[in-house]
Amino acid sequence: MAPPNRRPETVTRAQGGALVHLPRPAPEPGPLPDPRRGDVDEWGRSESMRRLARQLYDPMYRYWFRAEWDGIDKIPREGGALIVANHAAAIPSDAPVIHHGIETELGRPVYGLADYLFRSIPVVGTLWSRVGGVPAHPENAYRLLREQQQLVAVFPEGSKGPGKVYNERYQLRRFGRGGFVEIAMRAGVPIIPIAVLGAEESMPIVYKSAALARLTGLPYVPITANHLLFGPLLGTILYFPAKFRLKVLDPITFDVAPDQERYAKSRIMEEAEAIRVKLQATIYEMLQQRRSVWFG
Amino acid sequence: MGRRVLLTGLATFWGGRVALALEDDPQVEVIVGLDTKDPNLELKRTEYVRADQSYSILARIVQAAQIDTILHTALVVDSTRMSGRSMHEANVIGTMNLLAAAGAADSPVRHIVVKSSTLVYGSGYQDPYWFREEMSRTSAPSTRVERSLLEVEDYLRDFAEDNPHVRVTLLRYANVLGTDIVTPISRALSMPVTPSILGFDPLLQFVEEDDVVRSLLYVVRNEIPGIYNVAGDGRVPWSEVCAIAGRRRVAMPPLLTNLAAALPGRLGLVDLPPELLNLLRYGRGVDNRRLKRAGFEYRYTTAGAVESFTHAHRLRSTVGQVRPEYKYQQDVEAFFRHSPAVRRDTERLS
Repeated sequence: MAPPNRRPETVTRAQGGALVHLPRPAPEPGPLPDPRRGDVDEWGRSESMRRLARQLYDPMYRYWFRAEWDGIDKIPREGGALIVANHAAAIPSDAPVIHHGIETELGRPVYGLADYLFRSIPVVGTLWSRVGGVPAHPENAYRLLREQQQLVAVFPEGSKGPGKVYNERYQLRRFGRGGFVEIAMRAGVPIIPIAVLGAEESMPIVYKSAALARLTGLPYVPITANHLLFGPLLGTILYFPAKFRLKVLDPITFDVAPDQERYAKSRIMEEAEAIRVKLQATIYEMLQQRRSVWFG
Repeated sequence: MGRRVLLTGLATFWGGRVALALEDDPQVEVIVGLDTKDPNLELKRTEYVRADQSYSILARIVQAAQIDTILHTALVVDSTRMSGRSMHEANVIGTMNLLAAAGAADSPVRHIVVKSSTLVYGSGYQDPYWFREEMSRTSAPSTRVERSLLEVEDYLRDFAEDNPHVRVTLLRYANVLGTDIVTPISRALSMPVTPSILGFDPLLQFVEEDDVVRSLLYVVRNEIPGIYNVAGDGRVPWSEVCAIAGRRRVAMPPLLTNLAAALPGRLGLVDLPPELLNLLRYGRGVDNRRLKRAGFEYRYTTAGAVESFTHAHRLRSTVGQVRPEYKYQQDVEAFFRHSPAVRRDTERLS
């Protein structure tokens, strides 16, 4: 019985002659087929689950929020691009609207970067990644944008955006440390800002408990107007039917070489602030035009 | 002149297999295998030396046999095999002595290959989906095996810096599955039900045991220096791994998982070390493209490795152990290798 891994062609060694005259070992057999069963890809996304989620969410998008886009053609149909937007509502309602809108209108997938805190929550983290969420690690963003030329969406305000109380609505928070600009520079892709109206009123926070936030380790633990109206359970999942308006701004490109080790921090902060100012101005403009929270 | 190779951990799973593969390579002239236990595979021309990993004996062997290549396959990456203290002894002290011997004045060693593990990247929720070789872990190591492997890599880095004339290759292997190897994961997949953590379905990456041996030989033959991740293509959710293996999952609670995991350990069913529990929660992915760019071709994908294990396991559970047991007998081996009565290939060739 031959021991494992001993290839039979080596018996030729015993057939005499000098070592150098021995025949080369037979070429290695090639790669074997990949016996995958499920449809979960390398990012943890499952196309069947995404299809189901789209079907379930579509009525919400169409008839509850009645999302209306302005300038969606500015989002490229191919090539990588980083989408940034303002972020609001206790459980952010803007992310699914943006993702669903682009995926149905443009027919190309969007990868949503979010706090990796999601990953540590049982069930939620798994579902979140199956429908398309990716932890916001610069390496993940680079691979998506540069190597795979995908659309990636990120909210630079992070959890500070949705954690606002109602009387701070539509006031953009700090754009982190400008990491999103650095990622776009390194990946050599444009940034496309989107101004979103409606999310703030869909689940406004009236009170935040600092003690509970500390206790649970969550960024904020809110009491929302929805809680007051619908009770603690229904109020957590039911949004107000605010009218969503989304305006896509002109893509911003940077005249720097991609793939650099690092980029000047001052330049990054400058660009991030410029984007924030432009987004804030657009939101104010849109608010001036808005006649009603519910009808737009 | 052929290569003169020193192999550590000859009696371990990998040592034996690598020795077998090296014996088939005509460019390898001498194979010296080191271990404290007898080899468990039948070897033709490997010289077995029973020795612990103390510095003085290593330095003498390296000098006496004029070793030019060291293959360090003895690192322990399965923490269920021994206590933390003996693992530290085997990994850290063993490597330290080996590198000291290899770096001694007028040492003939020109190439060192170390078989490490992707355990050095850890497994946490802040991790990127793909670790590249130059990236470091996102949280401090919390398990013994991870700490000891990181220490080993530190020593190796220092050695490479101090000895620029020696090629140093560090291979970090993903979790291995295959026809023969027994790991905590393969044991978990051999039980009627397989543990998982409620609400988590991590993406895992495996490498097949055949690809492990092939990659080690590849870097030796082609004299490739550097750090390389070795892992099959693709990441597969744990639920799908269990489905390929035909196993039903039973969920452990997501809180106090360590306590819950201690129960099957106590019952002697399956040992779930802390690094495996992290893996079952967050998974791990490494970028395997650097070794591919160096020319290595994997035969198995991640799912392919799981399937290879599954097929072998089905056969085993039907007909039992397939391979005959081998018992090392010193007198017999010495006779075949050294007795003047035996006509050997080398004599006929000369």
